[in-house]
Amino acid sequence: MNGLIEELQRLFPGIQGEEGGDMPALVVPADQLLAVMKELKERHDFNFLADLTAVDFRDEKRIEMVYHLLAVPEARELRVKVNLNRQHPEVSSLTAIWPAADVQEREVYDLMGVIFQGHPNLKRILCPDDFTGHPLRKDFQLNAEEGRE
Amino acid sequence: MAVAREDLLTQEIELNMGPQHPSTHGVYRALLTLDGEKVVKVENIIGYLHRGIEKLAEDRTYTQVIPYTDRLDYLAGMLNNLGYVQTVEKLMDIEVPERAEYLRIIMAELSRIASHMIMVASMALDVSGWTAWFPPFRERERILDLFEMTCGSRLTVSYMRIGGVAADIPPGFLPALEAFLDDLPQMIAEMNGLITGNEIFKARCQGVGKIDLETALAYGITGPNLRACGLPFDLRKARPYGIYDRFEFDIPTLNNGDSYDRFVIRLLEMEQSARIIRQAMAGLPGGPVMAKVPRVIKPPKGEVYHQIEGAKGILGFYLVSDGGNKPYRLHIHSPSFVNLGALPRIAEGGNIQDFVVNIASIDIVLGEVDR
Repeated sequence: MNGLIEELQRLFPGIQGEEGGDMPALVVPADQLLAVMKELKERHDFNFLADLTAVDFRDEKRIEMVYHLLAVPEARELRVKVNLNRQHPEVSSLTAIWPAADVQEREVYDLMGVIFQGHPNLKRILCPDDFTGHPLRKDFQLNAEEGRE
Repeated sequence: MAVAREDLLTQEIELNMGPQHPSTHGVYRALLTLDGEKVVKVENIIGYLHRGIEKLAEDRTYTQVIPYTDRLDYLAGMLNNLGYVQTVEKLMDIEVPERAEYLRIIMAELSRIASHMIMVASMALDVSGWTAWFPPFRERERILDLFEMTCGSRLTVSYMRIGGVAADIPPGFLPALEAFLDDLPQMIAEMNGLITGNEIFKARCQGVGKIDLETALAYGITGPNLRACGLPFDLRKARPYGIYDRFEFDIPTLNNGDSYDRFVIRLLEMEQSARIIRQAMAGLPGGPVMAKVPRVIKPPKGEVYHQIEGAKGILGFYLVSDGGNKPYRLHIHSPSFVNLGALPRIAEGGNIQDFVVNIASIDIVLGEVDR
C-alpha cells in the first residue's frame, strides 16, 4: 500500500499519505481530486465509491471531504480526503466517474453546504427546498425555531 | 369519421406517486414523467422521514446513540446496532467476549431473515399476490418473539452494547430458535410454491428493471441487489468482521439482475443465514456477554470507517472522535439511500406498473434513506 502512495505522489506531487489509521489514507489538493480519483479507479482497481461525506472542523476553519473507496471484489479500502475553505467550500463533483456520487453529494451540499462543481442537479435532498442553513455545520443551532424562516 | 393523426399523439404528463402510497413502502415520493403508460423520467423526492440522526448523535454520548440506530433500518434493528457498536469498538480497540460475539451473529442473521421476509412478502403483495403476505409474516412473528424474549423489544431492540450485548439469552430461547429454524424451509417452500414458480409473478417481474453488473457498481448498489447481478460480493466473506470468518456459508448469486432475481436471491439468502445461525448455536460458548468497558465511553482522538453487510446492502459508519464523550461527527452510509439513487436508472423506460415492481424489488426502507 505504501507503494501506491509513492506511485501517486510521483504523478501528483501535492498528495500526502496518512499513516496509522484504520486504513491507508491520502490527502489530496482540491484541484487534483478528479485526476487522482480517475487514476485510482482506472489503474489501481478502486472501482467502487463506498462512501462520501464531509466533516466540519470549525476551529480550524476548514471542511474536510472524506471519500472511502473499495476495490471490488477483494475489498481493499482506501480513504481520500480533501481540505476545503470553510467560507467557500467548493470541490469537483465525482458524478462523471461514479453516478453513485450523485445523491451523496447532494446530501453533503444540503447538510454541510459544500458546492460540487459539475454536479448535474445540485439541490437539497433531505431538507425541504425552502430550508435555510446547513444543519451539520457546527454553528447550526439545534433549536426548533431556528433554521426555518 | 376521419381523425387527424396529430389528435392521437400523446402528451407527457407528470404524476406524483406518494408520499402516501401503499406501494412506496414508506414516505417516499416519486415524480414520474409519463408518456402514456411509459415512464420517461423518475425524480426521487425524499426527506419526509429526515430526523437528523447524524446531527443528534453529536449531542449524545456514545451509548446514547445506540437507540437511534434502531430507527435507521427499523426492519433490521440488530444489524444497525451491530454496525455502530463495532465502529466504536474498532476505534477503542475493545475485545468482545466470545459468547457475545456468537449471540451477535445469531441476532444479526435473524434480523437479516426478518428483513428479507418483509421484502418477499411485500413484493408479492405489490403484484397482487395476497396469500403470499401471510407465510413470511407468520414466521417473522416468531423472530420478533425471540427478540422480545431476549431484550424486551421487538423492533427497536437496542440489544447490542459497546463491548458486548445487553443481556444473555433467557432459558427457552434456544429451543424456540431451533423450532423456528426447523420450520423455515417449509415457509420458503410455501413461497416458492405460491410465488417463485407462479406464471403471473414471473410475467410481472422477469426482465423488469434489469441492471447489469457494471452499471450496478457504478451506481453504488450493494447487497442482495448487487448479487442478483452475478457478483458474489458479500462483506461477510470478502472482509469478515466480528467472527464471520468462522462460519461456512455460500454467497448465492443470480445473473439476470432483474426484479425477479432480486426477489429470488432473498429466499436463497435466508437459507444461508439459517445455516450460519445453526453453526453459531452449535458453537455457542459460555461466559460473560459484556467486556469490561469504562463507565464513560471516551474513544481516543481519531477516525474510523466500519462497514458491515446489512440486510439491504453495505451499511457503513464513519466516526470522528475528538477524544470527548460524544461523537464529533457520525456519518451513516445507508444502503437504501444509495440503492434508491439508482432507481431512476432502473425504472426509466419501463411501464408504470413495472415501477411498482421496481421499488419493491430494490427493497428500500425509508428510515434508513432519510435518517
